[in-house]
Amino acid sequence: MVEISMNVNGKPVSGAVEGRTLLSAFLRDDLRLTGTHIGCDTSQCGACVVHVNGEAVKACTMFAAEADGAEVTTIEGMANADGTLGVVQQAFQDEHGLQCGFCTPGMVMSAAALLRDNPTPSEAEIREYLEGNICRCTGYHNIVKAIQTAAAKLTPVAAE
Amino acid sequence: MPKDSGIGASSKRREDVRFLTGKGRYTDDINRAGQAYAYFLRSDVAHGRIRSIDTTEAAAMPGVLRIFTDEDFKDTGSLPTAWTVTSIDGSVQQEPRHPVLAEGIVRHVGEPIAGIVAETIEQARDAAEKIVLEMEELPAVTDAKAAVEAGAPQVHEELTSNLCFDWGFIQDNKAAVDAAFETAHHVTSLELVNQRVVANPMEPRCAVAEYDAGDDQYTLWTTSQNPHVIRMMMGAFVLNIPETKLRVVAPDVGGAFGSKIYNYNEEAFVTLAARILGRPVKWTSSRTEAFVSDAQGRDHQTKIELALDADGMFLAFRTETYANLGAYLRLFATVTPTYLHGPAAGGAYRTPLAYVNVKGVFTNTVPVDAYRGAGRPEGTYQLERLVDKAARELGIDPAELRRKNFVKPEEFPYQTPLAVVYDSGNYHATLDKLLDLSDYAGFAARRQESAARGKLRGYGFATWVECSGLAPSQLIGQLGARAGLYESAMVRVNPTGGIQVFTGTHSHGQGHETAFAQIVAEHLGIDEKLIEIIHGDTAKIPFGMGTYGSRSGAVGGAAILKATEKVIAKARKFAAHILEASEEDVNLVNGQFTVAGTDRSMAWAEVALAAYVPHNYPSDTLEPGLEESAFYDPENFVYPAGAYGCEVEVDPETGVVEVLNFVAADDFGTIINPMIVAGQQHGGVAQGIGQALLESAVYDKNGQLTSGSFMEYAMPRASDLPCFVVDHSCQTPTPHNPLGVKGCGEAGAIGAPPAVVNAVLDALNNGGYDVPDIDMPLSPSRVWAAMQSAS
Repeated sequence: MVEISMNVNGKPVSGAVEGRTLLSAFLRDDLRLTGTHIGCDTSQCGACVVHVNGEAVKACTMFAAEADGAEVTTIEGMANADGTLGVVQQAFQDEHGLQCGFCTPGMVMSAAALLRDNPTPSEAEIREYLEGNICRCTGYHNIVKAIQTAAAKLTPVAAE
Repeated sequence: MPKDSGIGASSKRREDVRFLTGKGRYTDDINRAGQAYAYFLRSDVAHGRIRSIDTTEAAAMPGVLRIFTDEDFKDTGSLPTAWTVTSIDGSVQQEPRHPVLAEGIVRHVGEPIAGIVAETIEQARDAAEKIVLEMEELPAVTDAKAAVEAGAPQVHEELTSNLCFDWGFIQDNKAAVDAAFETAHHVTSLELVNQRVVANPMEPRCAVAEYDAGDDQYTLWTTSQNPHVIRMMMGAFVLNIPETKLRVVAPDVGGAFGSKIYNYNEEAFVTLAARILGRPVKWTSSRTEAFVSDAQGRDHQTKIELALDADGMFLAFRTETYANLGAYLRLFATVTPTYLHGPAAGGAYRTPLAYVNVKGVFTNTVPVDAYRGAGRPEGTYQLERLVDKAARELGIDPAELRRKNFVKPEEFPYQTPLAVVYDSGNYHATLDKLLDLSDYAGFAARRQESAARGKLRGYGFATWVECSGLAPSQLIGQLGARAGLYESAMVRVNPTGGIQVFTGTHSHGQGHETAFAQIVAEHLGIDEKLIEIIHGDTAKIPFGMGTYGSRSGAVGGAAILKATEKVIAKARKFAAHILEASEEDVNLVNGQFTVAGTDRSMAWAEVALAAYVPHNYPSDTLEPGLEESAFYDPENFVYPAGAYGCEVEVDPETGVVEVLNFVAADDFGTIINPMIVAGQQHGGVAQGIGQALLESAVYDKNGQLTSGSFMEYAMPRASDLPCFVVDHSCQTPTPHNPLGVKGCGEAGAIGAPPAVVNAVLDALNNGGYDVPDIDMPLSPSRVWAAMQSAS
C-alpha cells in the first residue's frame, strides 16, 4: 500500500492505496466523491474527467499514487462558494445540455477546461474537443449550445 | 407567448441541479455497510458444454466468501418472457429455460457460468482466474437465416429447431395480398439488413442487494426502467420471493433505451447471494461485460415488396423477416419483432393490403430485445427504403410519391390493413413543414455547389408512424401479453399544501420530475415548485409498469391527471363546506377555490390544511385527508408521426459521409415541455444517425463479438453529428388519452436511419453511381466499395 495525500476541491485528503488503484477509484470508493462516473473500461467515454493541477484528465487513466501532492478538482468542486451553480453548470441547465446526467460531470469538467484554454471556441472546435466525451442521450446539440452560452458569459469576465 | 409554467412551458429541469453538482445518486454510488462484491466468470465461447468446473483453488483465495454455480440456483425459475406469440400453424413460441447461471451448456459469449463473491472486487476478479473450467466447444451459429437451415447447430437441444416462432400478420389477408402482386403494374422489392446494435447507455448496469434476516426482507437497488416489473418477475417468478418481502429501488439511472427493462441474471444473483451470505452484495458491470450481457437491439434480415399501380398508388406490401433473437428470450424478446413491429409497418400510407411475416430465430449470440423504438424502427426502415427505391424506379419525386399515398387528414380515425386504427394525424402538414424547414426548394442549387467542390450531395426523406402509448390491456391480452400495461399514480396533498406525486413510471433521462409536476400544476393552478415527483421505489410508489415505448406521458401522465382530478373533486367538497356553498358553485381557478357569483374564496393551501383539521365536518359524508390514487388503462394506442429530411455530402474519393443538415418535423400531439421534447428528438435522431453511419455489433463465425468495446464499437461522437433542426409545431392531439399526448422518446431512432441511407443513395445515384442498395452502417469503406462496384 502507498500513502498518498492531495488537495481535492481545495481540501487536503490522504489515504493508503494499492499501486494499481486508479484515481477514479480513489475518488469514488475512498473519498466517496461519487460525482466522478465510470462509463467504460477503455478510457473512451470521458465520464470520469477531473482536473489535476489544472489539466483535464480522465481519472481512469491515472493511478491514484500519481496524483500524490496534486491539486484535484472534481464536479463536486465546480459550484460557486454560495452553493449556486457555476457558469458552466448553469449553462448546461439553461440549454438542457443533459438528460440522464451520467456523462454530465465529465462533460462539465471538459467544457470548463476547454473554455480556460480557448475562451471563444467555434462550434467545430467544441465538437472536436469533446472527442473524448461520449453522451448517449442528447445528441450533443444542447451540450454544444451550453458551452457556447457559457463562453459568452465567461468572456466579458475574462476580458476585465 | 410561451407559457412560463404548467403544460406547454419549457420549465428548466429541477433534477439537473443534482446531476450538475455530482449529487446524483446512481446505483453504483450506493454502498451498504459490510458490502461484498460479485464478479462473474463468463463464457468465452459462443457454444460449449461445461465438462467440469473446479473452484477449489479459487475458493481458497484471499477474501473469497463463496463461489456460486448453477447448483446453487437449481431451484430458481427461468428468467421469464412476457408475451406469447403464436405461429402461423397455431403452435405457440418455443420458450427454452433461461437460467441465472449456465446449466451445463453455454449458448453465447458472455453467459455467466459462476459468480464469485469476495471482500473486494479485486479479490473476486483474482479468484475468477483460478477457477478451472473444462469446456468442450460446440459448433455455433450466429446468423438467423443460417440457423434455420438443415443441419445448423442447435442452440437448445431440447427444442425442435432454432425457430422460436413463424408469425404471419394478418394471415387471413395473405392470399389477397399475393393476388394484388400478381396483377400490379409495378413491383419494387428490396432485401436489406437492419444490423444489430448495442444500446450502450452511459451508465453500465449495477445491482446491490441486501437481506434483513430479522424480518425476512430483501432490498435490491438496481439500474431499472421498471422496479415493480423486476419485483414481480424476478422476485416472484425467478426467486420465489413474495412481493411483500422484496423492495426494489431504481434510483437515478444513467440512460437505458430499453436495455434496462429486463430482469437480468445478475440482479437475481446478488439478491439470492445476499441472503445466503448474510451480507450486502454488489455487482457493477464493466463496459466490456455490458457488451456481452446487456440485451442488444434490431438484427433483422428482411425481404420487402411493394405493389403499385400505373399512377404510383400503393396497392399492397408484404415482408418476410428473419429476426435474430439471440440465445435466450428476455422479457420483450418475442413481442418486439411481432406486435411492436407489424401494426405500424404500413407507416403513413393508405396501402389497402399488407402482410408481415416474421420468423424469430435462436442463435449463439447475446439475447436481443427492445431497443429505442423496438420493432418500429425496423418496420419504418424497410418501408421507407422501399418507397424511395420505388420512387427512383418510377422516376417520381420521393416527396410526391409519399404525399400522394399518405392517409389524408380527413380520413382519421383510419383503419389500417394491419388491425390497428390510427387515432389522428396530418402527414401532409409534417411533410410541408419539413420541406419548408429544410429548404428543399433550394436543394438543387446546394447540390450544384457541392458538385463544384467535387462532392456528391444527397437529400433523403423518411416519414414514420409509431404505434405507441403501451398499452390498452384488454387488446394486448388478446394478442398474447401476459401482463397489463396500465399505469398508476397517487397524489398526496400535505397539510401545508405541498404535493407529492407517486408514479409507476421511471425517469432515466426524460425529465419526469419536471414534466409531471407541470401537469399537476396546470390543473391545480399552483406553483410547480410545490409539487414533488416520486418514482423508482416499490416501497413508495403504487404498482406500475415503468417507462419504455414512449408510454410515460401518454399513460403515466394520464394516470397522474386522473388522480389529480380526484384530488380536486375532494378538495372542492372541503371548500364548499367551509364556504357554505354547494359543490357545483365552487370552482378552482388559479389555485383559488371561489364561489361563483360571490367574492368568497379560499386558497389552495387553506383547503389543504382544512382537509387535515376535521373539526367541524359532516364526518359521515366527508372523510379527512386529501390523497387519491388512480390506475389508468388507455382505451387505445396512440400514433405519433413525423417527416424527416437528411442532407449529406459524400466524398467520392474516400466514401466518407458527412451529415450536413438533419430536420425532424414531428407530430407528438400535445406538448408538455417543449424543451424536453426537443431534447428527446435530438437524442433519438443521434442514435438513428449512429445506426445508419457508425454502429454495428459484429460477430465472427465462431460467435465472438468483435466490436465488444468502445475501441471497436463506433459510438456517435460530437464531431460525427451536426446541429439538428427539430420541430413539433404540427400537433394533432390524440383523442385516446385525456392529455392529448402521443409520445416522443423513440421518434428520432425510428425516423432517422432511413432518412440518412436514402440521402446517401440519392447522392450516389444522382452523382453517376448506380447503387440500388446499401446496408448500414454506411462506413467509408462500404460506401466506397459500393461506388467501385457501380462504376
